[in-house]
Amino acid sequence: MAQLTNAFEATGLRAKPGLMERIDLPRRVVFLAAASMIAIVALLLAFIFWQGIQLFVKDGQPIGAIFDSTWNPLADTPEFGILPFILGTLVVTAGALLISTPLSVGVALFLSEVAPNWAKSVVQPALEIFVGIPSVVWGWLGITVLVPWLSDTFPNKIAISMPLVGQVFSMPGFLTGFSWLAGSLVLSIMVLPTITSVSYDAFRAVPQELRTGSLALGTTRWQTIRHLLIPSALSGVLTAVVLGMTRAAGEALAVQMVIGNSPTLPAAITQPVTTLTSQITLDMGNTVFGEPWQDALWTMSLVLLIISVSSVVLVRLINKRRIGQ
Amino acid sequence: MTATARPAPGRSMAPRPSLRSKTSRGSILADRVATVALWATGMFVLVLLGSIIVHFAVAAWGVVSPSFLLSDPSGETLGGIMPVLWNSIYMLVLTMLIAVPVGILGGIYMSEYAPDNALTGAIRFAEESISSVPSIVVGLFGLILFVDNAHWGFTALAGALALTFFNLPLMTRLAEQALRAVPQDERSASLALGATKWQTIRHVVVPLAIPGLITGVILTAGRVFGEAAVLLFTSGLGTPPHYNFTNFDLTSPVSPWSPFRPATTLSVYIYKLNSEGLGAFKNQIVDGSAAVLISMVLLFNLGARFVGRLLTRRMTAS
Repeated sequence: MAQLTNAFEATGLRAKPGLMERIDLPRRVVFLAAASMIAIVALLLAFIFWQGIQLFVKDGQPIGAIFDSTWNPLADTPEFGILPFILGTLVVTAGALLISTPLSVGVALFLSEVAPNWAKSVVQPALEIFVGIPSVVWGWLGITVLVPWLSDTFPNKIAISMPLVGQVFSMPGFLTGFSWLAGSLVLSIMVLPTITSVSYDAFRAVPQELRTGSLALGTTRWQTIRHLLIPSALSGVLTAVVLGMTRAAGEALAVQMVIGNSPTLPAAITQPVTTLTSQITLDMGNTVFGEPWQDALWTMSLVLLIISVSSVVLVRLINKRRIGQ
Repeated sequence: MTATARPAPGRSMAPRPSLRSKTSRGSILADRVATVALWATGMFVLVLLGSIIVHFAVAAWGVVSPSFLLSDPSGETLGGIMPVLWNSIYMLVLTMLIAVPVGILGGIYMSEYAPDNALTGAIRFAEESISSVPSIVVGLFGLILFVDNAHWGFTALAGALALTFFNLPLMTRLAEQALRAVPQDERSASLALGATKWQTIRHVVVPLAIPGLITGVILTAGRVFGEAAVLLFTSGLGTPPHYNFTNFDLTSPVSPWSPFRPATTLSVYIYKLNSEGLGAFKNQIVDGSAAVLISMVLLFNLGARFVGRLLTRRMTAS
C-alpha cells in the first residue's frame, strides 16, 4: 500500500494533500457534533450527582436516613425517607412489566411469525403511532376512562374465599380509582411498543433455516415458537424487557396523573402509591433552590439516573453474553 | 428447496392428515389456541388505537373549532389554546433548528468516519445513556444548568436546549441509519473519480440519504412536539399571556418571537390544567387539546411515511 502511494506520488498522479485537506475541517466538525453527546452525558451526570449528594453533604442527613419510610419535609425536624418512592417506582414498574411483557411478546410473535402482510402493514404503523402519543394524553385517558372505570367496577373489598380454608386473600376496593393498578395499566400500554419492537427484532434475527428445520421434523408452529424461537431469542427479549423497565421507571407525567400520589409504602394494587418521578414532578415547583426539601428531590433524581444508567450497562451485559456464546 | 416447501405465512403449520400420527392431538390443539391468542394480541393493538382515536374524536366534537385554535384562553367561556399552540410550534422550530444540524452532522461522523475504537464506543455509550435517562431528569438538568446556574429563568431557549439534549441521540441514530443505507458502490464510484471524502459525502452520500433523513427529522419532530416532562422546569408552566405578534423585539420577555421568555406548550398546558383542576370548561379544553395533539402525532407519522416514500420514488426514478 505504501509502495503504491509512493508510486503515485513519483508519477505525480496523486497530488500532495494541501493544507485544507490535511486539516480536514469537515471531519473535525462532524466529530464535534457526535462527541457533543459525550459532553452532554458527562455534564448531566456531574450536575445531577453534585445536586443529588447535597442532602448528605450540605444538609447533614445521614445516607441511611433516605431508606427510611417516613417522608415529612414540612415537619419541624423534617424527615426525608424516600423508601416509599423507590418502592413505589419498583412496584408500579413491576406491575406494568407483568402486564405488558406477555402482551408485547405476543404482538412481536404475531408480527414475526403469524401475521400475513396486510396485518403487518397495519399493526406496525399503529405501534409507531402509540410511541408518538404524548404521555400527558395517556395520563388524561387514564383519568377520564380508566380511573372511573376501576372505581365503578370494583368499589368494594375484593376477597377470595376457599371452602374449609376460609378467606385466603383480600384487599380493599378502589376508593377513587387512583391507584397502583391504574399506574401499572397506563404504563403497560406506554411500554408496549418498546418491548414489542425490540423483541420483534430478536425474533426476526433467528435464522429461517432453524424454523424450516424444526417444522420439517413435524413440529407445529407453536412448538417451534416455544422450543426454538423463544429460547434462541431470549437475550433479545430480555433486552426488550429491560428497556421497557427503564422507560416505565422514568415515565413521569402519565403516572403522576393516575397513581394518587400518597407517600406511603405500597399496600395493595387498589390503593394510591407514589413514585420517584411523580413526587419530583409535584414538588419541584413548590420548593426553593438550596433548601433540604429540594435537595431530597435531587437525591431522588440521582436514584432515577442510577437506575437508568445501570439498565444501559445491564443491556450491554446481556448482549455481550449472547455474542460470547 | 422449492417455493412450495414453505407454507404461506399466516397459515397454521399443522401437518397433513396422513402424517398426523406422529403429532398428538394435544399439540395440534395447542397450536390452534396459540394462533388464536397471537392474532388476538395483534388485533388488540388495532382495537385499542381505534378506540383511542374514536374516543378523542367524540370528546373533541363541538370543542375543536377554528376559534378554539385561534383564540386566547378565557376564564368564563371555553376560550382557546392559541398561545400554547403557538408555543408548541415555536419550541418545535427552535429545537429542530439546533437538533437537526447537530444530529445530521453527528450521524455523518458515525456513519462515514467513526473508526472502530474506544472513542466511538464512548459516543455510542453516551447515545444509549441519554436515550435511557428519564425525560424528567433531562428537564431537571436543564433547570440546574440554564435556569439556576446561568440565571436565564424559565425561557423558551432553555426548554429548546433541554429538548435538544433529549432528542439528539434519536436524531443522530436515525441520520446514521439513513446514511448507512446508501450503497457502498456510490461512495467507491465517487472516490474513483477523484473526489475527496468530504466531496463524496456532500455531493453523493447525503443527497442519496435525503428521504431517510427527512423521515428521521419528522419522527424526531413528532417526539419533540408532544414532550412535556422536559419542559415543566425549563420553559415553565405559567399561564400563557396574550401575545402581541407585532412585537418583534427578540429580547423582550413578552414578545411571542423571543426565545428569552417563558413558553408553556400544549402538552404542558394539559398537565397544568389537570393538576390545577380549575374552571368550568377544564375537561372540554383538555379533551380538545389532547385531540389536537393526537392529530399532530398522526400527521407527523403519516407525513414521515408519505414524504419518505414520495422522495424515494422521485429520486430512484430520475
